[in-house]
Amino acid sequence: MDASLRWHDELMTGLPILSILLAVPLIGGGACLFVSANAARWIALAATLLDLLLGIWLWSAFEIGGPQWQFVEYQKMAFSPFAWALGIDGIALMLTMLSLFLMPICILASWTTIERRVPEYMAAFLAMETMMIGVFMAQDIFLFYIFFEAGLIPMFLIIGIWGGAERIYASYKFFLYTLLGSVLMLVAMLWMVNFTHGDTYIPHLLATNFPPEAQTWLWLAFFASFAVKMPMWPVHTWLPDAHVQAPTAGSVILAGVLLKLGGYGFVRFSLPMFPEASAQLVWIIFGLSLVAIVYTSLVALVQRDMKKLIAYSSVAHMAFVTIGLFTFNRQGIEGALIMMLSHGLVSGALFLCVGVVYDRLHTREIDRYGGLSNNMPAYALLFMLFTMASVGLPGTSGFVGEFLSLVGAYRASSLVAFVATSGIILGAAYMLYLYWRVAFGTSRNADAAAMPDLNPRELVSLGAIAAVVLWMGVYPESFLAPMRGDVGTLIARVERAAPPGDSGLVRTAHAGKREGAR
Amino acid sequence: MLDSLRLTLPELVLSTAALVLLMIPAYVGDRSAKLVTWLAITALAAAAIAIPGYWGPPRSGFGGLFVSDGFATFAKVTIYAGAAVSLIAAMGWFGRDRDYRAEYPILILLSSVGMGMMVSASDLLTLYVGLELQSLAAYVLASFQRQDNRSAEAGLKYFVLGALASGILLYGISLLYGFTGTTLFGDIAHAIGAQKASAAGLSHGTLFGLVFVLAGIAFKVSAVPFHMWTPDVYEGAPTPVTAFFASAPKVAAMALLTRFTVQAAGPATFEWRQIIVFMALASTLLGGVAAIGQPNIKRLLAYSSINNVGFALVGVAAGTAAGVASVLFYMAVYLVMTLGSFLVVLRMRDAEGRPVETIASLAGLSRSRPGLAVAMAAFMFSLAGVPPMLGFWPKFYVFNAAVATNLTWLAAVAIATSVISAYYYLKIVKIMYFDDPAPAYAPTRDVAQSVLIAAAALAVSPIGYYLIVGPLALASANAAGALF
Repeated sequence: MDASLRWHDELMTGLPILSILLAVPLIGGGACLFVSANAARWIALAATLLDLLLGIWLWSAFEIGGPQWQFVEYQKMAFSPFAWALGIDGIALMLTMLSLFLMPICILASWTTIERRVPEYMAAFLAMETMMIGVFMAQDIFLFYIFFEAGLIPMFLIIGIWGGAERIYASYKFFLYTLLGSVLMLVAMLWMVNFTHGDTYIPHLLATNFPPEAQTWLWLAFFASFAVKMPMWPVHTWLPDAHVQAPTAGSVILAGVLLKLGGYGFVRFSLPMFPEASAQLVWIIFGLSLVAIVYTSLVALVQRDMKKLIAYSSVAHMAFVTIGLFTFNRQGIEGALIMMLSHGLVSGALFLCVGVVYDRLHTREIDRYGGLSNNMPAYALLFMLFTMASVGLPGTSGFVGEFLSLVGAYRASSLVAFVATSGIILGAAYMLYLYWRVAFGTSRNADAAAMPDLNPRELVSLGAIAAVVLWMGVYPESFLAPMRGDVGTLIARVERAAPPGDSGLVRTAHAGKREGAR
Repeated sequence: MLDSLRLTLPELVLSTAALVLLMIPAYVGDRSAKLVTWLAITALAAAAIAIPGYWGPPRSGFGGLFVSDGFATFAKVTIYAGAAVSLIAAMGWFGRDRDYRAEYPILILLSSVGMGMMVSASDLLTLYVGLELQSLAAYVLASFQRQDNRSAEAGLKYFVLGALASGILLYGISLLYGFTGTTLFGDIAHAIGAQKASAAGLSHGTLFGLVFVLAGIAFKVSAVPFHMWTPDVYEGAPTPVTAFFASAPKVAAMALLTRFTVQAAGPATFEWRQIIVFMALASTLLGGVAAIGQPNIKRLLAYSSINNVGFALVGVAAGTAAGVASVLFYMAVYLVMTLGSFLVVLRMRDAEGRPVETIASLAGLSRSRPGLAVAMAAFMFSLAGVPPMLGFWPKFYVFNAAVATNLTWLAAVAIATSVISAYYYLKIVKIMYFDDPAPAYAPTRDVAQSVLIAAAALAVSPIGYYLIVGPLALASANAAGALF
């Protein structure tokens, strides 16, 4: 049929590696349900580690500069509205790796803190892993939707059963917000598939030129879904609640991977499928993102709850991602992608840091801590590294992402770049303020001063993330190289609609409109 | 004549079985109730086998009054399966209170005869007779526990409002007959087409006739604004009867509505579509909002059925072959989910064995009865339409049909209201999984019911997708093809 399908024929002689990656956690999760608590922990750890090893093999086998879609599997199912179509490009590969890397750490973080219903917990987590990496691998639009939505059920249960005091409110809010966003996306998908007379294969849809009038509506429907997942201001309010109430590992997965589904959706669908509408409506993205950067940063400054502070900082950081993605130039998009990876690692690590002290003192209130560098030096060191990475200090992964996306933003609109840069200063303010209150000063509280330093389990988890954060900060090329070709493809696709460069926000929007009408 | 009779073979089997089975309790008394029930289930299975319309083109008999085609076959198989399951449910439930009587299976059989006629009707009078036969049996069933005030009240309420709806329906039939000169579906369609082609356009009398007939049928499917009886009757009727009401008759009435709109009123699609669209949106919205505050599980499921009917009506509004197929698909999956939920509700009895109906009593079910809680959670997520549960697919097909007929806005609004209903389905999961346990239910040892619950839970799970969606989609598409 076309190149990608021939590629598939060659590879079907080999292993269906992507299906195996999906199956391992699912089988492990099923097995967890029938064993004791301790056995469930070990099974979950083994399954996630095995998946990580397979993922590392996948990364090494990925041919940089090769075909856009690799490891393609295509299995038409009889009388089914969708096909079992899997395949990854560089962007999907990196995000899959991020999920695979964070999962064993999440299992370790839940090792002792989860005491009730351990087998069910591990099963929910492993099911979650399958759904998340399935989103990145799906090459059929309805298969994508199924994975995208199915993750709601395990996350709802994780927050609702093992969460904090306000867990029920938070779990409802999480479920209903994200459901409302994605059902509209389903209608848009149905419309698109009807437009192409039943073709659900994403690479084909990527090559389809949808009429510009329809693009606006389709773009808005997809936007409703991805903006909630992202989350963008003003539909971000589910995030602080969900984060604060979820168990530590749940927060890590939420911040680390689930938020990336929104960004991935923008890259995979909104931009390449509706370039005209993207250009025309870029002012919505820029406007909301700028509000988010300034507003949520200010909100983060006054938080008393550590998890809430980091949750608001996530909203601000994801706003950099949306700005970068919609700059229509290489720096911006690559920066946004690195930012997504970096934020996944850094905010995940920060939530783990909160989890470490929460396990000891059972409070997330910042005032109850202080002077932790005295009695927990290793913890203070790692916490500082992640704080710096979150601020965007050169040498850490955060710098690469923020710098590239700001360069991209400056080329698109200097005004946007100007306002967005203020977010970096605010980000430094709230993160340093947090770190100062928690780690420095004299030990104000006796019980906080008596806390022991990191145990080996925590050290391994945080150390592993720290190593990758530094790696990505010092040599980002390892992570950029697989994605470079895909960013090029994306830019070639959206170029015809790209709004003209450095100009005021208003003129950008107008130019986009003219372009769209043409 | 013999050819015509052959088309009604399933109805003949069921009627004969009902009359013969009536003789057994006349001699033996209510001791024979269990035996009669199993015989009735056998009769339903025999009737399903005897359906002549599995293969071949549509055949009609009795001068066009009665038709046997793929559409009727699909609906009948679904209906008979639903009736059989509700018989198994009733046997165990009434049996515990020792007030199970042999009339029950016989009434279900007679009701099934009526439902079979409804879905095979290609004439307004067959339609009416089938509908009344089904309804009369249902009125008696609603008041089956005659010592119980609530049951008697439910029966009376159902009867009075049902009679009103029949009156409306008959009035519509007479108007249609008066202004088109026929009661045959095909001829009505010709007459409407001719009227629309004429300079005067569709006559007001015909239009009013259509409106009244649709209103009468809407009462039977309990679409808003003709839904008022549903919560009260569902709450008052004995639970197995409610399970029956929510399943097979809904399928029959929905199939009847679909056949009428397509075969009789097809040329007037533009006119009736507005009515169906309004009923669809009103049903999904009211079925979602009104259920939120319900403390009684049966009332909640009543609103849930209104909600689901609204979604199925979206498929009717499409008015295309894909739309009809999606309605059939929807009702078949709905039957599985609803019967599954009601089978769980039948298990709700307090320590003394009295039935409980409060949602609060489900609290902490995941710890006292983990298996039951998993099954109920599967039904709830499925009813909410979250993929990868089976309940996602009927919504998928219905909205796909709507989008394909340029009713994208209807699909968008309806799907947005589905989020409202997701709230109360989630509430049940929340109560079972997040709340502290309430007193445990009395243990039950009903193997047949347990098997059915497990089978239904498996069917709505992602595993069921592979077994069900493909064949069911194919069968419903073939069945829908019979109408066009």
